[in-house]
Amino acid sequence: MNQTAAARADAARGAPDFLKIESIRKEYDEVVAVNNVSLAIEQGEIFALLGSSGCGKTTLLRMLAGFEVPTAGRIVLDGQDITALPPYERPINMMFQSYALFPHLTVYDNIAFGLKREGMPKAQIAERVEQMLDLVQLKPYAKRKPHQLSGGQQQRVALARSLAKRPKLLLLDEPMGALDRKLRERTQIELVHILRQVGLTCVIVTHDQEEAMTMADRIAVMREGRFLQIGTPSEVYENPKNRFVADFIGSVNLFDGELVVDEPHYCEIQTAECLFHVGHGVEGKQGMNLTVALRPEKISLEPGWQDLPYNAVQGTVAARSYMGSYTAYEIELPSGRRLRVTVTNVDRYEEPYELGVRVTAHWMPSAPVVIVE
Amino acid sequence: MRRFPWLATLWTVLVYGFLYLPIVVLVIYSFNDSRMVTVWGGWTLRWYAEAAADQVVIDALVLSLEIAVATATASVVLGTCAAYALTRYRRFPGKGLFTLLLNVPLVLPTVVLAMVLLLFFVSMEHLFGFPQKGFTTLFIGHTVMCVSYAAITIMSRLREVDPALEEAAMDLGARPSQVFFLVTLPAIFQAVASAWLLTLSLSLDEVVISAFLSGPGTSPLPVVIFSRARLGLNPEINVIGAVTVYLVLAGLLLASVWMARRAKQRARENAALLRQAQVEALTSSSAS
Amino acid sequence: MLRRPWLPPGRWFVIGVPEFFLFVFLLLPFLILLKISFSHADAVGVGFEPLISWLEEGTLSIKLHFDAYLSVMQDDVYLLTYLSSVGYALLTTLLCLVIGYPFAYFLAQSFPTLRPVMLMLIMLPFWTPFLIRIYAWKNILDANGLLNQFLLWAGIVDEPLQLMFTKFSFMVGMVYGYIPFMILPLYSNLVKLDRRLLEAAADLGARPWQRFWLVTVPLSREGILAGSLLVFIPAVGEYVIPELLGGISILNIGRMMWNEFFINLDWQRAAAVTMLMVLIILFPIWLFNRYQMRLMEARR
Repeated sequence: MNQTAAARADAARGAPDFLKIESIRKEYDEVVAVNNVSLAIEQGEIFALLGSSGCGKTTLLRMLAGFEVPTAGRIVLDGQDITALPPYERPINMMFQSYALFPHLTVYDNIAFGLKREGMPKAQIAERVEQMLDLVQLKPYAKRKPHQLSGGQQQRVALARSLAKRPKLLLLDEPMGALDRKLRERTQIELVHILRQVGLTCVIVTHDQEEAMTMADRIAVMREGRFLQIGTPSEVYENPKNRFVADFIGSVNLFDGELVVDEPHYCEIQTAECLFHVGHGVEGKQGMNLTVALRPEKISLEPGWQDLPYNAVQGTVAARSYMGSYTAYEIELPSGRRLRVTVTNVDRYEEPYELGVRVTAHWMPSAPVVIVE
Repeated sequence: MRRFPWLATLWTVLVYGFLYLPIVVLVIYSFNDSRMVTVWGGWTLRWYAEAAADQVVIDALVLSLEIAVATATASVVLGTCAAYALTRYRRFPGKGLFTLLLNVPLVLPTVVLAMVLLLFFVSMEHLFGFPQKGFTTLFIGHTVMCVSYAAITIMSRLREVDPALEEAAMDLGARPSQVFFLVTLPAIFQAVASAWLLTLSLSLDEVVISAFLSGPGTSPLPVVIFSRARLGLNPEINVIGAVTVYLVLAGLLLASVWMARRAKQRARENAALLRQAQVEALTSSSAS
Repeated sequence: MLRRPWLPPGRWFVIGVPEFFLFVFLLLPFLILLKISFSHADAVGVGFEPLISWLEEGTLSIKLHFDAYLSVMQDDVYLLTYLSSVGYALLTTLLCLVIGYPFAYFLAQSFPTLRPVMLMLIMLPFWTPFLIRIYAWKNILDANGLLNQFLLWAGIVDEPLQLMFTKFSFMVGMVYGYIPFMILPLYSNLVKLDRRLLEAAADLGARPWQRFWLVTVPLSREGILAGSLLVFIPAVGEYVIPELLGGISILNIGRMMWNEFFINLDWQRAAAVTMLMVLIILFPIWLFNRYQMRLMEARR
């Protein structure tokens, strides 16, 4: 994202706890879908709930929309307790996964649907719908029925419809779920652009980590009804708080080890494979068990076996896949486990490592991160 | 395996012959100019004229239509409510019993239903002095039978309606009653319309319940035909039967014309969409 | 509490109105029928003293009169009528199956483009009123009817046969009235038959006839059961066809119910006969349900 857009987004932000979710809990019969979750979202923020299916993210979203009632807890939006408000009285609108466009209404009437319920005068409705059609660039399609539109166009109608009432909070349920891959990447950026333009506070539910990283200011990783970590995309990626988050977001090599040196600015961890010299301190005692996470792109490969005191392992190339922009290797270590390494293809004529070749994998002290949990 | 040997063809033709023979004979005999129905006496339209002038038949027909329209309308309203309740509410008091009762008219023979209702109505009349057998009892009896058919027709469509549509409407500020009338009803409208037609024809066709529940002077058409047909052959019944055949054929013709026209319109729309998509593809590729 | 707070007060309308209707006009009538069947004919001919009453000493008295049931059990006519109705219904079911199965089979084997038209042609006659369709056979089966005229013309018989009001005319009417209820479920079952199974059977050496008996028929068992049930149940209670084509020599429960009420004016007996009829109908339905439950459990 370029600097000016970011600055504009910052300017649009206001109250730090515009949306407050306070110890929300939802039980179905015996199953706990959402387990005492709390969260504060800033005005103008785009926030993503990320997790695999059944993690409770959809239930949480449906409680925000008002389709489910929490078993316990409060939801406060802009100072107003909305926990018990029915969906049709909440200043919140939602873009549905299947878009849920009314098949018997035209694009125009779909967008005007919510405005008519408000009792807005006709002329004003026409003006607002016009605005929305402009925003999503669908002006020539106003008289079409939804089934006469492509998937991407339908998605934009759904967006326009959910924006038309100028809600205080916009909910997006798997917004790219029904689009094909190519269209998805372009649409994500377009969608964020539109959201920033309007300056809306927005909660996205997705199972796609790339989508969450591309679109959101902050991400909450959910599992079994709880938040595992909340943070900016780079925080979640570079400083995962636990093994699950490290493994769920991107690909990672995890090593179990023992804390041997613990200084304020660095620490050393002995694992079965090698000694890790990590460029940050940890809160813990010497001898405690820890996990070290090391991302494949932060590892470099050197031909031959070289003896380095720390942050290096020796192995042989066991598998290789050429992915275009990078090449992914699996290096088999003496212990038998495999290390995932990706090498960016900066040079068109670079010779890749052949299978069975001996290599040394090494990394900087700033590459690994220690997971205490 | 997609052979069609002579045996299959013969069998198929025989079964179709069996199905159509009586209807064809009925239509032909309706033009028979002879007092003896089965003795051919040349072509005539006089039985049509006589049936059209038969006040008993006309009164019965009018009564039948009144009952059928009232029954179909009541069945569709009740059936829509029942279908909505059963598909949209996970649990409510009496749901199990209600489902059972809704299935009873589909399963039990109509004589049983007719006798049950007959004893109920005569008991009520004995105790309270009303209702007397007539329009009311016929209307209620037909509706008890037809609600079930309306409910299952509408229910099967209602199950297909994406619940997200109703949620979207609510999300956009529609109150539950508005959700029903603005979103749910348009989505199931075709099923409601066909349930209305189905129950209309069921009511027009119902003999047994009508025979058990009709009172003096209030005989709907099937009861009149039934009592005449019991006595023997009757040229007027042939005419009435032939007219229903014409109506069915006319309805079929209208339906196929309507469907052909819709298919043509669809094709035209799709062609327009395709053209537009091509134009867009061209302009976007030239722009980039 | 799972109650969703935004559910409308309309909810009570939507649930309450049809529930009220069916409770008052279906459940209550059944209870009244049950009550009448256990009551005693009083002076007026109508038994309406309450079955359950509080006596003064504070005891609950339940008086059930089995008169109606006993008289039905003791008189052979009733037993014979039930047997006759069930027997004819079984015969109808069998005939519909014998005629309908090959037909449905050939239909399922025909070209896919032809199938909707052929199905439509099955349904079409059944859009004309039931009564008219049954009556139409009188034109053919009458003493001077088309069939007799044909037989005389062809020299097969010398004088007209008595066809009307015989078992023959009755069965023609019954099969005619109920055969689509057999064909449609059979067809929708047979059309789903996986052709690869037949090819596998052929591959393993089964001849066409064996393939039919050993693969197709066992796999269509559910269709056969559903079709048979759809024919058998209404056939037991059929009232119109025996009246128009069967004549008085065909014993029939429907007519017996009519006579008990309208001719003998015996409400108790009419109610008892109806109750017994319901039991006869419930038995095959119960069997079918149990079979389906077992099938579902086996699949699990």
